[in-house]
Amino acid sequence: MTAPISVEITVNGTVRRAFVEPRTTLVDFLRDHLALTGTHVGCEHGICGACSVLLDGAPVRACCLFAAQVDGMSVTTVEGLAPARGELSKLQDAFLESHALQCGYCTPGMLIACTDLLARNPQPSEEEIRDAIGGNLCRCTGYQQIVDAVKLASGQEEAAHG
Amino acid sequence: MKAAPFTFHRAESLDHALDLLARHGGDCKPIAGGQSLVPMMAMRLARPSVLVDINRLDALKARHDAPDHVTLGAITRQRDMEADVALRRSVPLIAEALRWVGHVQTRNRGTIGGSLVHADPSAELPLAAAVLDATLVLRSQNGGERRVPASEFFVAPMFTAANEAECLTAVEWPVWAGAGVSCAFEEVAIRHGDFAMASAACQIQLDPDGTCRRATIGLGGVAGTPLAFPDLAQRLIGRRITATLAQEAAEEAAARSEPGTDMHADAGYRRHLAVVLLRRALLRAASAATPALAA
Ligand code: FES
Ligand code: FES
Repeated sequence: MTAPISVEITVNGTVRRAFVEPRTTLVDFLRDHLALTGTHVGCEHGICGACSVLLDGAPVRACCLFAAQVDGMSVTTVEGLAPARGELSKLQDAFLESHALQCGYCTPGMLIACTDLLARNPQPSEEEIRDAIGGNLCRCTGYQQIVDAVKLASGQEEAAHG
Repeated sequence: MKAAPFTFHRAESLDHALDLLARHGGDCKPIAGGQSLVPMMAMRLARPSVLVDINRLDALKARHDAPDHVTLGAITRQRDMEADVALRRSVPLIAEALRWVGHVQTRNRGTIGGSLVHADPSAELPLAAAVLDATLVLRSQNGGERRVPASEFFVAPMFTAANEAECLTAVEWPVWAGAGVSCAFEEVAIRHGDFAMASAACQIQLDPDGTCRRATIGLGGVAGTPLAFPDLAQRLIGRRITATLAQEAAEEAAARSEPGTDMHADAGYRRHLAVVLLRRALLRAASAATPALAA
């Protein structure tokens, strides 16, 4: 009755084919089927933003999409942000420098949101940064350092809060 | 939580989708952006046994500009409307409302139609549709096409005039021609992008001397549906929108609202917000329409 659906999804540049149960969300597909556990899952209903990924280049919440809907599309997860294994993207490095993560739960979603922001707007203002992460909750409440990290990555500020 | 099991169909055509809706009735839901439906399913507040994905139907993406209205296909993404400069000019209230809608991640998926059929009484796009009295175009296999004005579309919280076999295909937004048109959307929410505790919207047209020639006003989050007040708006015509007049109109509108109480705000506070927000919206729109007079 709930027959599996065949999907072909390009994840971080690699084409993945699978049969998924229709109710499998994209985030569960990434974590459970592909073992890409970098994308986190918090609320599972579109509030926290921990599950953010880029879908055809635009940030979306992977808990609010079924994998079956993403057939033929391309997904970038936090694992796909680094230029090479063992390296960090400029933004990831700025997160490190600015102490923009404590427990790290929100970090993948924050990185996805801010990567998108910098792609659209390489020199964002503080307000634009805050707006871009408005859909991502940090339960450690380290928002200021995240804002600092984005400024650092965009060449607007030295690493401040030590 | 996880959604209950369902069968998934990718609609190949609008007829395919309408056929599934006709056969399965209330057990079948169309899904486009899914930004309201998927959370409802995850919380088991909705458990459709059949989902029909309408994301690939070009018929539902069509955009048409006429002199007096703009037709937007039901699955037009919120993010695309936000970036649409021509739409900002012809129906500026949509962009004003979108400033308050969700977050980048949800607007990238969320559609105009999804927001309207979900009919959350606190949602912004339904209020914009009510204030402008947009027309919703519904289609079903047996009933053909039916056009419903927003004033009749929103019936109760999460409940609309669309029947189970119908799919929203397009929304027609009135375009106000001429100079001196401006609008405003104001809101208070717990977190920016969340549903409103209360919201207010207006669109006005002022003559060069500041006299109001055309007006529409409304409130969101303070009743089971978004509210528009055509008779109160009518009383603004022929007058200047002063602080006193804006306050009077806002107080009368708020007096007709029926806000509820929840953990975020009680009814009295919501009604207070309604007054403040509608007055603010009217004054902001008025000063934008006549920058010279306001200066
Ligand atoms: S897990 Fe997707 S928004 Fe919280
Ligand atoms: S670092 Fe802990 S949730 Fe953000």
